[in-house]
Amino acid sequence: MKEFNELNDKKTTAIKDLLYRLADDQLILGHRNSEWTGLGPILEEDIAFSSMAQDKLGQSQALYQLLHQIGEDDPDTIAFTRKVNEYKCCHLVEYPIGEYNFSLMRHFLFDMSEAIRFNMLGSSSFEPLAKISKKFKGELKYHTMHAVTWINQLGHGSGNSPAKIQASLDECFPLALGIFEPSGYEDILIGEKIFFGEKELQEKWLEAVIPVLKNANLKIPDIKNIKASYGGRKGIHTEYLKPLIDEMTEVYKIDTKAEW
Amino acid sequence: MSIKSLDPRITRENLPEEPDSKPLENIHHWQTYEVFHQTKKGDRHIHVGSLHAPNQEMAVILAKEQYSRRDKCVNLWVVKTADIFSSGYENEDIFETTPEKTYREAGGYKVMDKINKFKKERKQQSN
Repeated sequence: MKEFNELNDKKTTAIKDLLYRLADDQLILGHRNSEWTGLGPILEEDIAFSSMAQDKLGQSQALYQLLHQIGEDDPDTIAFTRKVNEYKCCHLVEYPIGEYNFSLMRHFLFDMSEAIRFNMLGSSSFEPLAKISKKFKGELKYHTMHAVTWINQLGHGSGNSPAKIQASLDECFPLALGIFEPSGYEDILIGEKIFFGEKELQEKWLEAVIPVLKNANLKIPDIKNIKASYGGRKGIHTEYLKPLIDEMTEVYKIDTKAEW
Repeated sequence: MSIKSLDPRITRENLPEEPDSKPLENIHHWQTYEVFHQTKKGDRHIHVGSLHAPNQEMAVILAKEQYSRRDKCVNLWVVKTADIFSSGYENEDIFETTPEKTYREAGGYKVMDKINKFKKERKQQSN
């Protein structure tokens, strides 16, 4: 009986760690992408990108809610009051929005991983997560359609479009590999059939993104000689995360008890 | 001096207070597409508006968020505005008709007398 409880505790810790990684990625990237609202390159794209940023926040809220159900604080508290080193997001989502080509490439590389990840999680043995993952399917499909169409458009574009989008790919790639930084709980997540694990996800992701990039005439970075930007999953972040969190929580912190 | 705004995104761009504004006329604009929205399979597609896009694939992608993020939608059509052929407002008068043509309207046919007569006859027959 003692052993069973111990396993259960370990399992719960592993699930919580997974949920924090997923939700923090979405919250931070959702916030980053929303920084384009009102400043997007054209009105139509501004609206589309802002709407997808809202989808991300909604998805993170659903995952924080699930964390709350398994014993963590309420969604607002965990989203807005943790210390920077308690966030589990990857470095890719922390970077400033840069120029639009950077934000688009990040959106492509990240959302392709999300679409595969949540598709895999649709068959998770942790049923509440499987259920939520299935709900995300439509939104994520649109996000990847949007991203793939843009990458293709810019890769075949005139003027400096192909060179700019190639430069963003080269800049984003080491950061994107950081999405798949293994957690300390890979064995238990895989063993308990909660998640197939980051290694398998990365393989599936490469299989999905490389054909799109090739189709867009882009040069694939030399993956073997790239150092993935790890650390985020362990709470070690880039210099960009703290200012983002300060800005994101500025209003919340004025009155944490306010009803919205 | 750069612009100091309440919006931190503007402030950190370090934009000059007096922008070196260039005329906008040389900016290349994308063409417009007309968007049609279908709420149920089999229903007609209804025109909901237009948008700018460089090609039809991009038009569909952008139309999704412009015109169907709130209402239910199962399909979107996009058509280049330039491909729409119209009768033209200069011909608006072709839609005007002489008002006294009641024979072209269902209401122009007075049939209640005949129906009442038929009902009366049937009643008598069944008695």
